[in-house]
Amino acid sequence: MTDKIHKDPAAAPAGSDPAGSTPYEAIKAVPVRHYGRWVSAVVVVVLLGWLVYAFSQGNVIWDTVWDKVFDPSIISGLWNTILISVASMALGLVLGVLFAVMRLSKNPVTGAVAWLYIWFFRGTPVYVQLLVWFNLSLIFQYIDLGPIYKNETVDVMTPFMVALLGLGLNEGAYMAEIVRAGIQSVDEGQTEAAHALGMSQTKTMGRIVLPQAMRVIVPPTGNEFINMLKTSSLVSAVQYTELLRASSNIGSTAGAVMEMLFVASIWYLALTSVFSVGQYYLERRFSRGSTRNLPPTPWQRVKANLTTFKRSAVSG
Amino acid sequence: MTGEPMVKAEGVHKSYGAAHILRGIDLEVRNGEVFCLVGPSGSGKSTFLRCINHLERIDAGRLSVDGHLVGYRQKGDKLYELKDSEVALQRRDIGMVFQRFNLFPHMTALGNVMEAPIQVKGESKAVARERAERLLDRVGLRDKTGNYPSQLSGGQQQRVAIARALAMEPKLMLFDEPTSALDPELVGDVLDVMRDLAESGMTMVVVTHEMGFAREVGDSLVFMDGGVVVESGNPRDVLGNPQHDRTKAFLSKVL
Repeated sequence: MTDKIHKDPAAAPAGSDPAGSTPYEAIKAVPVRHYGRWVSAVVVVVLLGWLVYAFSQGNVIWDTVWDKVFDPSIISGLWNTILISVASMALGLVLGVLFAVMRLSKNPVTGAVAWLYIWFFRGTPVYVQLLVWFNLSLIFQYIDLGPIYKNETVDVMTPFMVALLGLGLNEGAYMAEIVRAGIQSVDEGQTEAAHALGMSQTKTMGRIVLPQAMRVIVPPTGNEFINMLKTSSLVSAVQYTELLRASSNIGSTAGAVMEMLFVASIWYLALTSVFSVGQYYLERRFSRGSTRNLPPTPWQRVKANLTTFKRSAVSG
Repeated sequence: MTGEPMVKAEGVHKSYGAAHILRGIDLEVRNGEVFCLVGPSGSGKSTFLRCINHLERIDAGRLSVDGHLVGYRQKGDKLYELKDSEVALQRRDIGMVFQRFNLFPHMTALGNVMEAPIQVKGESKAVARERAERLLDRVGLRDKTGNYPSQLSGGQQQRVAIARALAMEPKLMLFDEPTSALDPELVGDVLDVMRDLAESGMTMVVVTHEMGFAREVGDSLVFMDGGVVVESGNPRDVLGNPQHDRTKAFLSKVL
């Protein structure tokens, strides 16, 4: 708590209060010394330095890494990763809302269907689901919608379709649970008020409940999307040329396996960093009005911590 | 006023699991009157109010509004449950004001009042806006139309809630302890709006602890306890000269 007293020494001087309250003298005390912070900072820096040294001395040609980061096929793989992640997430969102509403519906049939969907797609590994979609033609040779449409399954199931169905349907099961939690977080009085005004179930859900559920739905959805960016690397197994597959293609032909894994990692980190920052500020926005004091942004925290270090350095 | 009663209850029962909340309610609310329901908490008065617009379904007896059974259709001597959409149709004509306001927090005061006419009646935005502005003016909130519920005091929120219910042009208004969640100094504004509404001839069923309001504005009063009607009559008679010991005991505590 001594921290607090020393935080704004300038705010304390007598007579600075415009309201003209009684002048007072600020406490002068020796602050708590944080020796532990100094020791741990040194340990972390040493360990990091050792790690960087180990990688720089390893059997890795770093020039190859920097050469290939902007390679056209890598960039094309990067775009495919973004494309499949966004498309799968969009499908997952639509399915999530649909199945969440179905699961909460009074109709026992829709409730059971939603339960079954969530049970299956959440209960099996996404990798297995991708392989099943990939091999769908072993079960359904044709996709036959009577007079409207008929085609061979192998023609319909392009790598993109396989990846989209595999990732999207899996995501839908998780999103359904997130949306359900959001819907259930909305006060029951809201539904009652809407019903009392004569609004139908559908209107009540779409106009009153879902918009309010968003505050609870958005943060975990951002999380899911960042997860999706990385999980999309699994679709390299079904012939879809996304970032990881583009990288390992070069890696195996050029004999630079480790180098190309670094290239992929650099891009994954870049993607997740960009979206993490976006998610952070989105969450801050949605928690406005519900929390009185917003937590400080990372930059504000860094500044605050730097000043505590500086202070202990001065007095210690 | 004579003719068909606005609300008619005959032997209404309601249980939640093992808890028998309403144990045979018989009463009539005449057209155009202010009907007050008073009694200790847990007496079933709020539950009965919620049965009137079918937010709760009754287990036994008959309950009708303006000559129509609530939540059911009778053919011969058989009862048929109404579909959700038919129940919604019945609720259009019955406004309700809640103890905790239940305003839609993601809409402005104006948006709250415009919502139901647009979504339920398919009214044009211009018509709905014009009426919403008139109603908010009537409840004394002309300059608060753009505010969100969180930017309004409890009393202001409750007045928006009244305007929201009136926007559907109901023939019956239900008030569920409309002033119980308010700071004492804000109660008066809400009661003024209700008094004004009563003078305009609206049929109102009011669950309340405001005995002064009941005495002054009420046309009929029912004292409930333990899920039954203990005593009923003119509010000034019941409050001034209660006949039952239970009524006397209750009134001695609240008056």
